[in-house]
This record gives sequence, structure tokens and C-alpha cells, in this order.
Amino acid sequence: MEILYENLLGITWQMVVMWAIGGILIYLAIAKDMEPTLLLPIGFGAILVNLPMSGALEPLQTLFDAGIANELFPLILFIGIGAMCDFSPLLSNPKLMLFGAAAQFGIFFTLCMASMFFDINDAASIAIIGAADGPTSIVVAQKLGSKYLGAIMVAAYSYMSLVPIIQPPVIKLLTTKKERMIRMPYVEHEVSKTTKIMFPIVITVIAGLIAPDSVALVGFLMFGNLIRECGVLGSLSNTAQNVLANLVTLFLGITIALRMQAAEFLTTNTLLIIGLGLIAFIVDTAGGVIFAKIMNLFLRDGHKINPMIGAAGISAFPMSGRVVHKMALKEDPSNFILMQAMGVNASGQIASVIAGGLILGFFLG
Amino acid sequence: MEFNPMNFVDNLRYMGLGMLGIFAVMAVIIIVTVILDRLTSGRRGSRTDTDDE
Repeated sequence: MEILYENLLGITWQMVVMWAIGGILIYLAIAKDMEPTLLLPIGFGAILVNLPMSGALEPLQTLFDAGIANELFPLILFIGIGAMCDFSPLLSNPKLMLFGAAAQFGIFFTLCMASMFFDINDAASIAIIGAADGPTSIVVAQKLGSKYLGAIMVAAYSYMSLVPIIQPPVIKLLTTKKERMIRMPYVEHEVSKTTKIMFPIVITVIAGLIAPDSVALVGFLMFGNLIRECGVLGSLSNTAQNVLANLVTLFLGITIALRMQAAEFLTTNTLLIIGLGLIAFIVDTAGGVIFAKIMNLFLRDGHKINPMIGAAGISAFPMSGRVVHKMALKEDPSNFILMQAMGVNASGQIASVIAGGLILGFFLG
Repeated sequence: MEFNPMNFVDNLRYMGLGMLGIFAVMAVIIIVTVILDRLTSGRRGSRTDTDDE
């Protein structure tokens, strides 16, 4: 009875706030279907680690040391993501990769913004929220030793699930109706199996030579894609896409919650990080759209690009591509730009990983 | 936490270097992909010819 009394007295208002935050994350995951695979474990974990004298801290610390401190979980997850990615639309029109690059502008802009408030390693870790890619955010924040991993992850996954809400107003603000109605006939160009197989290998080699710090991320992503495209490892490809990705995701969310203990999470810095994350997503979207508009200045009529596809370069695969496609259909129900948008979206996946590697190259001592 | 607005200006070089770097890497990837596609398309064509025979 005395123990129960002591535990009850151990409850602080900060813990109660964290339970509420955990509850909100669980609600958003279940009721609003917002990234449920991550937000639900993170939400439950937030409650779990904020109980008085929580006995879950030790096993979670063990999981953290085993899977996140050494970046193992995000890298394994990347094998699954690579196996899910179909680069065919991108390979049939490689120019689309430029939009993936342009839409990483938010990362570097946010780096400058965050550096006004945080030291440079924390600023870089916060900026990578703009990669719209959870595993990249974890690897960069962990390698740079950021103490804000919990807040960064919550911001990254929340905004990824909010892409359908964040992107459309930014796109509409930067484009005219006429631009949003630009048609881009999709010329189907068959990509050979050899190209599909060589692509992940070549990308890994290029990334390794030019941005060595990105090679772990790129390499694991491309390994997953090679398993998918080789044509002889169907069973492994299915396992990577489903069982492996699910298993790692299961542990990833709840383990990240270890960094959501009230003392380190309930600070003004967390609010600032969440605000900066939003800026990163908005500027990423704007970067892609504006780049497309600039390209249109040099293109002949009939060859112009629907600037909305630039926004899909944000990564957040495949949600962003679908958002852009739906927007185009809303403007003109007979305008199908899904393949182009998905191609740009896939290039954003590659570009965000390379951006993460460049950030590590700049700041990893 | 301190507020240092000058850090924004000081770190603009990382913005420039970062965007330059990412465009450079993507440009190399585009060039290699195009070359790869041309080479393998050629092979695909010759294989079809052989099949026709």
C-alpha cells in the first residue's frame, strides 16, 4: 500500500502532460490514420516512459543502444523502403531527378534558421526533418549527437503524415490555375531490366564516391531495391517490404519514445523544433515548385512542366506524389500526372538521403 | 538557448554548398542513368533482332 502511495506521489504535472501528448498521438494514429505504424508506438511509449519510476526505461534503453544508438534500426528499415520503391517512372524520365534535388532546399534553409537558436549540430539535426524521411532523420540526429532526437522524430513523422494538409496551400499560393492545369503527356519508355538492376548498384557507387557519409543510407536503400529488381529474390523482397519493415518499425517507434521523457521533452526547444520542422516542409515544397516554374521559363509551349510536380520532390514517398496527382485531377479531371509525380517523389527519396549525407559531411567532426 | 541572428548569415554558405552538392550528385546520376539506358536499350534491340531470326 505504501509503495502505491509513493508511486502516486511521484506523479508530476509534466508526466500528465506527456500522457496527454501520448494520448493525442495514439488518437491521431487510430482516428485520423496519421502514420499509425509510427505514431501509435511513439504515443504509447511516451506514456510508458513517463510513469513514476518506470521499469520500462531499462529495456527500452537496451533496445535504444542495440538499434538506434548504432543506427541499425533505421538502416535495416531502409532495406524495406528500398524494396518498396519502384524507380521505373524515374528511370524512364531521369530529368525528373532535378526536382528531387530542388525540393531539398527546405533542409538547408532550416539549417540557417535553426542555427540562430541552436548549436550547429543540433541545427543540422533539426534541419533534416525537411528530408521528410524518418530513418534519415534518425541517422543524422544520432550521428551528430543531438539531444533532441525525440522531438525531431515526432516532428518528422507528424509532418510526413500531414503532407496532404501542408502541401496544397503552399502549391496553390505559388502557382496560377493555368499552371496547375498544364498537361504533361506521359510517353511510356520501356526501361530494360538490366538498367533496373544496374541503377541501385551505380547509385551506391556514385554516392559512395561523391558523398561518402551518405553511403550507408544510400547503400541500404539501394540494396533493398536491388533485391526487388533482380527478379530472383521474390521471397526476400516480400520479406523486406513487409515482415522486416514491420518488425523494425514496431521496435523503432517505441524505442524512440525513450527520448520523450518529460524532463527532456517538455521544453520550449521542443516547440521551436516543431515550428522549424514545419518551415522545412513548407520551404521544401516551395523549392520544388519554384524550380519547376524557373525551368518553364526556358521551355517551349507544349513542353512546359506542371509546376506542382516539383512539390513531390519532398520525399514522403508515396504520399506527396499522390497529393500532387489529386490536385491536378481537381483542377482538370482529365489531367493525369501521376507517373511524373511519382517519378519526382522517388527522386526525392534518393535526394533526401544524399542531403543527409552532405549534412553529415559538413558537420560530422 | 541564445538567439544569434548573425548565425543565419554565417551559415548561408552551407545552404549554397549543400544545394550545389545535391544538384551535382543528381546531375551525375542523371548522366549515368541516361548512358546506362542507352547501352542496355541497344542490347535489348540486338536481342530482339536475334529472336526474330
